Amino acid sequence: MKSQATLPVAATALACLAGCGPGVQSVMAPGGSQAGQIATLAWLLFGFGAVVLAIVIVALWLAIRGSPRLRTALARETMIIALGLVFPAVTLTLLLGYGVWLMQPDGDHDDRGVMRIEVVGEQWWWRVAYAGATPIASANEITIPVGRPVEFVLNAADVIHSFWVPSLGGKVDMIPGRTTRLRLTADRAGIYRGQCAEYCGGPHALMAFEVVALPPTEFDAWLAREAAPATAPSTDGERHGQTLFVAAGCGTCHAIRGTAASGTIGPDLTHIGSRRSVGVDTMKLTHANLVRFIAEGQHVKPGNRMPEFRIFRPDELDALAAYLSSLR
Amino acid sequence: MTDTSQRRLASHPNKLPRPKGELEALEAAWELPKGWRILSAVNNTVIGYFYVGAAVLFFLLAGILALLMRLQLAVPSNTFLSAETYNQIFTMHGTVMMFLFAVPVVEAMGVLLLPQMLGARDLPFPRLSAFAFWAYFVGGLIFFGTLFFDLAPSGGWFMYPPLTGTQYSPGLGADFWLLGIGFIEISAIAGAIELIIGVLRTRAPGMTLDRMPMFAWTLLIFAGMIVFAFPAVILATMLLELERALGWPFFIPQKGGDALLWQHLFWFFGHPEVYIIFLPAAGMVSMIVPTMARTPLVGYRLIAVALIATGFFSFGLWVHHMFTTGIPALSLSFFSAASMAVALPSGIQVFSWIATIAAGRLRWSTPSLFVLGFLFIFTLGGLTGVMVAMVPFDWQAHDTYFVVAHFHYVLVGGMVFPLFAAFYYWAPAFSRRALSERLGKITFWLMFAGFNVAFFPMHISGLMGMPRRVYTYPAVMEWGVLNMISTIGAFLFAAGVLIFLVDVVRNLRPTVSQPIGNIWNGPSLEWMHNHVYGPRSVPLVESRDPLWDQPGLSEESKAGRHYLPGTVTGVRETMLTSPIEAIPEALLRLPGAGWTPILAAVLTAGFFMLLTVKATVPALLSGVLAVTAILIWMWESDPRPLARAEIGHGIKVPTYVSGPISHSWWAMVVLLLVAGALYLSYAFSYLYLWTVSPQVWPRPEQLPPIVWPLMSAALLAASSGFIFLISRVLPGGFRNNAAFVVLTALALIALVGGLGMEILAHWRAGLRPDADAHAAMVYMASFLQLDLVLALVVMAAFVIARRLAGLLNRRRRVVYDNLSLLWHYTVAQGLLGLLLVHGFPRLQ
Repeated sequence: MKSQATLPVAATALACLAGCGPGVQSVMAPGGSQAGQIATLAWLLFGFGAVVLAIVIVALWLAIRGSPRLRTALARETMIIALGLVFPAVTLTLLLGYGVWLMQPDGDHDDRGVMRIEVVGEQWWWRVAYAGATPIASANEITIPVGRPVEFVLNAADVIHSFWVPSLGGKVDMIPGRTTRLRLTADRAGIYRGQCAEYCGGPHALMAFEVVALPPTEFDAWLAREAAPATAPSTDGERHGQTLFVAAGCGTCHAIRGTAASGTIGPDLTHIGSRRSVGVDTMKLTHANLVRFIAEGQHVKPGNRMPEFRIFRPDELDALAAYLSSLR
Repeated sequence: MTDTSQRRLASHPNKLPRPKGELEALEAAWELPKGWRILSAVNNTVIGYFYVGAAVLFFLLAGILALLMRLQLAVPSNTFLSAETYNQIFTMHGTVMMFLFAVPVVEAMGVLLLPQMLGARDLPFPRLSAFAFWAYFVGGLIFFGTLFFDLAPSGGWFMYPPLTGTQYSPGLGADFWLLGIGFIEISAIAGAIELIIGVLRTRAPGMTLDRMPMFAWTLLIFAGMIVFAFPAVILATMLLELERALGWPFFIPQKGGDALLWQHLFWFFGHPEVYIIFLPAAGMVSMIVPTMARTPLVGYRLIAVALIATGFFSFGLWVHHMFTTGIPALSLSFFSAASMAVALPSGIQVFSWIATIAAGRLRWSTPSLFVLGFLFIFTLGGLTGVMVAMVPFDWQAHDTYFVVAHFHYVLVGGMVFPLFAAFYYWAPAFSRRALSERLGKITFWLMFAGFNVAFFPMHISGLMGMPRRVYTYPAVMEWGVLNMISTIGAFLFAAGVLIFLVDVVRNLRPTVSQPIGNIWNGPSLEWMHNHVYGPRSVPLVESRDPLWDQPGLSEESKAGRHYLPGTVTGVRETMLTSPIEAIPEALLRLPGAGWTPILAAVLTAGFFMLLTVKATVPALLSGVLAVTAILIWMWESDPRPLARAEIGHGIKVPTYVSGPISHSWWAMVVLLLVAGALYLSYAFSYLYLWTVSPQVWPRPEQLPPIVWPLMSAALLAASSGFIFLISRVLPGGFRNNAAFVVLTALALIALVGGLGMEILAHWRAGLRPDADAHAAMVYMASFLQLDLVLALVVMAAFVIARRLAGLLNRRRRVVYDNLSLLWHYTVAQGLLGLLLVHGFPRLQ
């Protein structure tokens, strides 16, 4: 009985990996080379810290409860210099050397094969552009190929944000008026979650994003689809949704390539249907959540820059959601 | 020069029995105002009580804010607090803890303990301490009150622009922070001046630097660090407030400003700030450990050197708060190395304390428990500090809960635990009853366990990807369990604090004359028979642990056998001694209670706070009244020279000194160091913005013609010349009086003219301060100059009044000397500004 049940359960779990649950967002669960090196350093530092703390605790214990001979030895100035000056000087110098060595960016001189993605931090979403002959505009979810270094060219439109995907590498701040860069490489296919790591006011806590790492051939296919203009609606409901989208003025803020909608104030929606989440990774992308975000966005993510659109009837909301879901 | 020397200083300079009425006269001079009039008290004991009480109050208030934060974060997607409320609360928690609790409480312990520890009767400028305290208390309460009106700042305690500029923070919150905290920083600087002169010039005879209590060393370095670190944040505050109020674009990138300028200025202050907080706490530990271990401190000189090294190094670390801003690798490596190097002096201190414990026999008591707790928590925090000093690791840990864990470990471990040890340790010196050992142990274990349960899990949640300053988090991230544990720990810690408060209510009975006394058998002078006037007579100190090495010292002092057993001039006095050898040099007369300090403080607070809410006319009125109160206070200062006073054993010292030996001259010099540090921060900002935005810098032909700054400079130099000439007409007399007034007036006209010419030059060249970052910087030089010029106008008028009233002459010249010091500095600052603004762009 039990063994018969586990197979369907396992299959469901595997199937779920691709679509359910958040991406990995942990410094100690690296999926990229930079994060991997830092995780190793972290373990080394924890070990070092534990050893030194133990030395201090033991020394203190012996100072209180040790034998008179031991305590006399601990009471000497030479002990203070040995344990308090020489030992830290030596160990910290070694650590520092390792840290400086680790800081050298790997393969920085080799620009061939580096993919560039421009990300601009906005209050409270991510404007993404895949560099190329014609840059491909996107938002809030970033797809990268496995095994290839990706250089993120970072800017900020308003206040300071910070771009951080812990499982792939460290963070770099996005500062208005400056361009900073971060190079990351994913070693394994998977979904890696990132979050804004510099307080930017309001719903800073909800400014997250996901990085989807695809094997190279799947990535190329994805990029080709992303470069293409929006899919035309195929059902009546979707067509109705498109009409509503234009009529309500959504295009003033949101662009959908291949249609009249060309606003750049808000996230690009050309391929929103293919993303995993809505509202900048606040909710999973489902029909119901799309409806919710359009009608009550301020309740989902208070303070975000999109007003609530309560002017739509429920059937109109359904049509809009169907249209947006069709934009794969 | 004095006629005393170390050889001639006797141990028992005075014979018994003491004359009738001597003790009564001393007590009468130091009598405290009764009832509610205690608010006009200025002596260090009463002000110390108020100060410690106020700081603890802010600790409790900010602690409640923390509990609210923890309630919100206890479960995912919580709706207990809205995002905006949470953002105000976390900003206030950090700001109140750092500015209204951490620095003030260690300063307060200094005000309370330092004079007694040094054998002095009071701090050298009692009314200044009173002013500093009331300014801090009133300003702090108003600032905290903004929370109840939805007017609190919400930009985080370090307030990064552009988020805190007018565009993204349009309300008054940021202005309350900038003006409120800016003015509280002035309070800290006043305290620093007090402590530097207190430590260096009012020690008991024979208490050389090498015999000084370690707490005094830490307060000296603490004060020195404040002098050089606080001006950077004061400048940053001025820049941001000018940007918000008048549109001068220092931090707006589109106009040539740079967001990182704020970060450099803030962290240049911010990093030394945490050592400013830690050092006095370490000093308190260095006093408690020897007493509890019943043996002298091992490694005294090593610790003194370590403290000085910490003070210096801490100014070279600030960029480690900016490792993720895209700074070049070479720079990162330097600051990483420096950040790790600063761990070495701390290591020396920790092992010195361990050595002291090993050399003695540790007595188990509440203070000992808190010291052991400190050692564990602070060491752990220091180790995570080494971790974040490693740049690649910091690239992950920065701005996450890992760093939140780190800094709470070093701040709570490094300052709060020593502070509680200090409360339990020193209560018997100030209270008729000691605090309860039983309740103390419960307090300790609750606080220790609660702290670790609250903050250790944050290392883990940070590494699991939880950023800081988030008002909530989604359940899928699986941070919920760790956050719930942290919340439980926070409430455990709070329970410990509550037990402490119960203990205080039940047992603490502050007194100025009958404390329970030296129950721990401590070796330092604050454990002698002490009153509000310190010891009855001031002993000659011959060792680092006077009460252990000089038996009977306390009783002899009480009987009046030592120096200055009464009051020579009938008013409050203390001895002024030389900085290194502590040889008596003069008798310092001190003021008694008065209302001008508290009035001036409240009116100054009123000026700043009314300005924040844009009530300009009431603000100006409050400001004018504040200046009036200060002038009245100043008029009562500078008592006239009297005959030389005998302090004991036939040794007579002057009652009035001027020039470099005067404590007032020293205070002015320290103030000039503060002003200089402020101006250097400005010069750095000017040059830094040029490196970032050279495109908004002018070509030489766009500058005003060179004749303008040359004329300005000539006027400035002339004003200095006139002030110098006044020293020739200091002797009294009608013709000299007239010359005095004329010279002062000419000096003023030249000074103001020099400034006016500079502003006019730029205005005529078409430069407007809101045009771009360069323009703003040019006018900033004049703004900084204007601040000093306004002060000098008031001071010059005061000096003229003193002269015409016959209170200023060749001998009684301190007021003129101070004016002259500030004047020449202002001229030098003005000339440097002209050189920078008109000379630098012409270098291209």
